Amino acid sequence: MKVLVAVKRVIDYNVKVRVKADNSDVDLTNVKMAMNPFCEIAVEEAVRLKEKGIASEIVVVSIGPKVAQEQIRTALALGADRGILVETEEKLESLTVAKTLKAIVEKEEPQLVILGKQSIDSDNNQTGQMLGALTGMPQGTFASEVAIDGEKVNVTREIDGGLRTVGLKLPAIVTTDLRLNEPRYASLPNIMKAKRKPLDVTSPADLGVEVKSTQTLVKVEPPAERSAGIKVGSVDELVEKLKTEAKVL
Amino acid sequence: MGILVVAEHDNATLKGATLNTIAAAQAIGGDIDVLVAGQGCGAAAEAAAKVAGVAKVLVADDAAYQYQLGETMGDLVAELGKGYSHILAPATTTGKDFLPRTAALLDVNMISEIIKVESADTFARPIYAGNAIATVQSSDAIKVITVRATGFDAAAAEGGSAAIENVAAAGDKGVSEFVGEELAKSDRPDLTAADIVISGGRGMQNGDNFEMLYKVADKLGAAVGASRAAVDAGFVPNDMQVGQTGKIVAPNLYVAVGISGAIQHLAGMKDSKVIVAINKDEEAPIFQVADYGLVADLFEAVPELEGKL
Repeated sequence: MKVLVAVKRVIDYNVKVRVKADNSDVDLTNVKMAMNPFCEIAVEEAVRLKEKGIASEIVVVSIGPKVAQEQIRTALALGADRGILVETEEKLESLTVAKTLKAIVEKEEPQLVILGKQSIDSDNNQTGQMLGALTGMPQGTFASEVAIDGEKVNVTREIDGGLRTVGLKLPAIVTTDLRLNEPRYASLPNIMKAKRKPLDVTSPADLGVEVKSTQTLVKVEPPAERSAGIKVGSVDELVEKLKTEAKVL
Repeated sequence: MGILVVAEHDNATLKGATLNTIAAAQAIGGDIDVLVAGQGCGAAAEAAAKVAGVAKVLVADDAAYQYQLGETMGDLVAELGKGYSHILAPATTTGKDFLPRTAALLDVNMISEIIKVESADTFARPIYAGNAIATVQSSDAIKVITVRATGFDAAAAEGGSAAIENVAAAGDKGVSEFVGEELAKSDRPDLTAADIVISGGRGMQNGDNFEMLYKVADKLGAAVGASRAAVDAGFVPNDMQVGQTGKIVAPNLYVAVGISGAIQHLAGMKDSKVIVAINKDEEAPIFQVADYGLVADLFEAVPELEGKL
């Protein structure tokens, strides 16, 4: 079966984010960019399905600027077969991203679409579910295990208080949580090979998707700082302070 | 126009996050209706009717909502939500699962995990793992929003007397089903609802050592959490994770044991009233946010603490 994986180019998760002095946004000038960590887990899961002989082809799609080709190439080096870049310089909101992915789904007709549960920049956690609603596909969000069973997929989900397994009719959507797998590193020969794998470039307009924005970023501020308190010298002093000063015990 | 709040419940009781979400609705202003969708959920509906400030409780009692699956809930809330100016749900794993489906069906964007209401169309929410707070204004006809419980003081659970009204189910397309569930069984309070939380990090060294924290927790009636480092290292399950990618907590007392204080973790607990850090590394960033810091070997300090409580 064909698996579609969506990946996003975001700030590298090791980079400390700073807010611009004019509070208009975060400062991304000259900052290292990378594939969103949850998307890496999505790619890895698809590759494992292919290694098990379940997935026949892995198509990776990214929506973003021309340089997002780097993240598609990374996915190709990890084992995806071909890439699609939906090129746009605009910052798309989740609904438009979901509509764009829907257009790709209609063209590619995958049996499984795997996405990260959220991107570490906007932290929205929306796109996979929105794509589910637009295509009518069921979803297994925040997945920690994915098991294909004939015409069905069983997805174990990380929920508040534990785990829940849902059975979904294919085609279906999976969004990844942290413990689904540990992504591999791309080997040098595979990085070289990835350069020759096919990568198509299209645009929202080519796909018939109207780019519409309904949210305005009014301001971006650093979070309120919490100041350091005092150091206590012993457990006795700690218990004493918590009882008499903080009054929380 | 009014506000529709989708209740989080287990058919028998209303979950605490519902009260914080109703508080966020009160901050927006307008008539507040609460939807209780479940199966055999009469008791939860009655609890919702007693919450102060609720105008009406809508009950969708149907097999399709027994497990509140994203597909059926998304359809129902989109159907019922059409007549409202705002649709709010708690930012729990249930709310986060179905509400984006609702937004897409209504052809609007969604605003996730708000922590503050600036006005009826403008909201503050954390981005970049809590490293920045964005204020976002929405021009959508219906504002579809998840609410981070720790951002709002809970509405009073008693004092209201809302009318309860049954509403029709919105069908089940039969594309998804509940297979099974494994819930952590614990007599300790729920992490997000506990007054006191004690969490362990990589410094705990292994899962067995968390036993020390459980002993302290049982003396204090506290919940036990963990940093992402401890979860990634396999010490404890993911549902114990406190942080941007785990649970967001804001108890009266938060005790961080062997936790360095990565920004990821701080994002999940820095709104706690009092923070205590126990760590042998005095340079650990956790001390920069702790009200009381104890530089000590946790393997000596934690048993001593247990003995003195």
